[in-house]
Amino acid sequence: MTLQCAVRAVRGTFALDVALVAEPGEVIAIVGPNGAGKSTLLRALAGLDPCTGDIRLGDADIGELAPYLRPVAWVPQDGALFPHLSALDNVAFGIGGRRGRSEAARWLGLLGLDEHLHKRPRQLSGGQAQRVALARALVRRPALLLLDEPMAALDVATRTDARRTLRQHLSSYDGVTLLVTHDPVDAATLASRVVAIDGGRIVQDAPPSHVARAPRTPWLADWMGLNAFRGRTSGRAVELDSGGRLVAAEVPPDPAGEVLAVVAAHAVTLSRVQPRGSARNTWPVVVRELVAAGSRVRIRCDGQPGVVAEVTADAVADLGLAEGVEAWASTKATEVTVVPL
Amino acid sequence: MTRRPPVSLAVAATIGVAFLVLPLVGLVAKAPWSDLPSLITSGPARTALRLSLECSFGALALALVTGVPLAWVLARRDFPGKALVRALVTMPLVLPPVVGGVALLFAFGRRGIFPLHIAFTTWAAIAAEAFVAMPFLVLAVEGALTSLDERYEDVAGTLGTGPLATFRRVTLPLVGPGLAAGAALAWARALGEFGATITFAGNLPDSTQTLPLYVYLQLQSGHPDGAVAASVLMLAVSILVLVALRGRWRVSRS
Repeated sequence: MTLQCAVRAVRGTFALDVALVAEPGEVIAIVGPNGAGKSTLLRALAGLDPCTGDIRLGDADIGELAPYLRPVAWVPQDGALFPHLSALDNVAFGIGGRRGRSEAARWLGLLGLDEHLHKRPRQLSGGQAQRVALARALVRRPALLLLDEPMAALDVATRTDARRTLRQHLSSYDGVTLLVTHDPVDAATLASRVVAIDGGRIVQDAPPSHVARAPRTPWLADWMGLNAFRGRTSGRAVELDSGGRLVAAEVPPDPAGEVLAVVAAHAVTLSRVQPRGSARNTWPVVVRELVAAGSRVRIRCDGQPGVVAEVTADAVADLGLAEGVEAWASTKATEVTVVPL
Repeated sequence: MTRRPPVSLAVAATIGVAFLVLPLVGLVAKAPWSDLPSLITSGPARTALRLSLECSFGALALALVTGVPLAWVLARRDFPGKALVRALVTMPLVLPPVVGGVALLFAFGRRGIFPLHIAFTTWAAIAAEAFVAMPFLVLAVEGALTSLDERYEDVAGTLGTGPLATFRRVTLPLVGPGLAAGAALAWARALGEFGATITFAGNLPDSTQTLPLYVYLQLQSGHPDGAVAASVLMLAVSILVLVALRGRWRVSRS
């Protein structure tokens, strides 16, 4: 069933105003900074928080229905399994009866939890609990599945497994899935569409690859591991609002409009002496912070503009990069993507 | 090694403990142990015991039926005047019980503003005990509900379970320990109720003379042995309640 919704909710000074259309089988990643309204959107769709507007699933208007009458399943962070019930009773909670229990057992089997049917939630690992929560939601065959940061509570090793499980079950699920996530890898691997929310409004609605190429806000760019600077075009260059300028290989034709200049963190090179190569953009910076990101290191630098560079750990050692060290940042004009706003 | 408290504090604390323990020692020392079985099972004592059990459990039932929903509303809903309602709930804790009895009399007595014609009946004893016992239950259950993650109830809702079924299948089992502790405290308080009962229900053998009233009457009429025997019985019940709770009345952030 197609989801069509226009949700408005007011909490004090914060207002959520989001309209979405999603086709059956679609998986949409809901992303955005903390307090953007992601969880509020999910709770409103589930009927847990009051909202105005319109929520349609297929031909049915469910916006006025109590939560328990909506064909909607909601999985909060860490699953919120009922602590007083076994895994099996948790999954059978919403269906009941002998058939319900055998169906619940079948789902737990599908998720590889045959040996844990009678364990209480506190005896399960984080990954197992997350799978039980998924089974509990899916066993009722909801038309709309709402997942609120399903991997947030898991450690990195478990997360890879959990993501594979989730991907497998979401691909065979014929309802609409909305997945709130803070992890760009989740968005890229699980979702066919990214809906970015900021300040209660949708700021971008596009496939993950498109968001990665052309994020519409600095937050989205940073989240994707990109640098993004607001500014205005001036010939082939972009004059940045924060100071400094970047030369791009291509700029959009409209000369007056505001733009976002986007550079991937790994496309920014750092060196200790002023480089004489072919890079068109070179400017002095001061290293402010180094953060390990897997085998690479993300280096946040002050300068005009301030920039994040991603380099190998070897490069950090070779260049002697540390907090407070002066360096030169450079990037090629071809690495600067200019997105009209 | 544990750190020792300063001498002056230790002395004061010891006096405090002695003040709490010595009366109990006196009671146990003066108890007519050999006559205890016959004293407790004598006709009037047995009647008072039976009446005490009936009234205290009746009061507990009344407190449960109205107090648990009240605790849920206080813990889960916002409404105008909520602070006032919570203050009213706590009122019987600080109100002298005899004042509670007078208040009940002028509310539900024969000349009260809501005449129920129950004054000086067993129902009045039950009402008086429920009045003083209710706060213990409401506060314990409200505490347990407040510390219960609301998402469990939210999830149950999205699994097709209506509010009442959610309350029965999720909320009640999860606040079970808090509820049990509150119920035990409320029951113990009801069992010992004196002031409100004697004021609102009187001291009528076989209909309103509960154990505490029986103790008082025995002392007044020159039968200290009967008073001590009934007191020992109630002390034993109190100790049982304390052991059963094992400190769980200090509600439940666990």
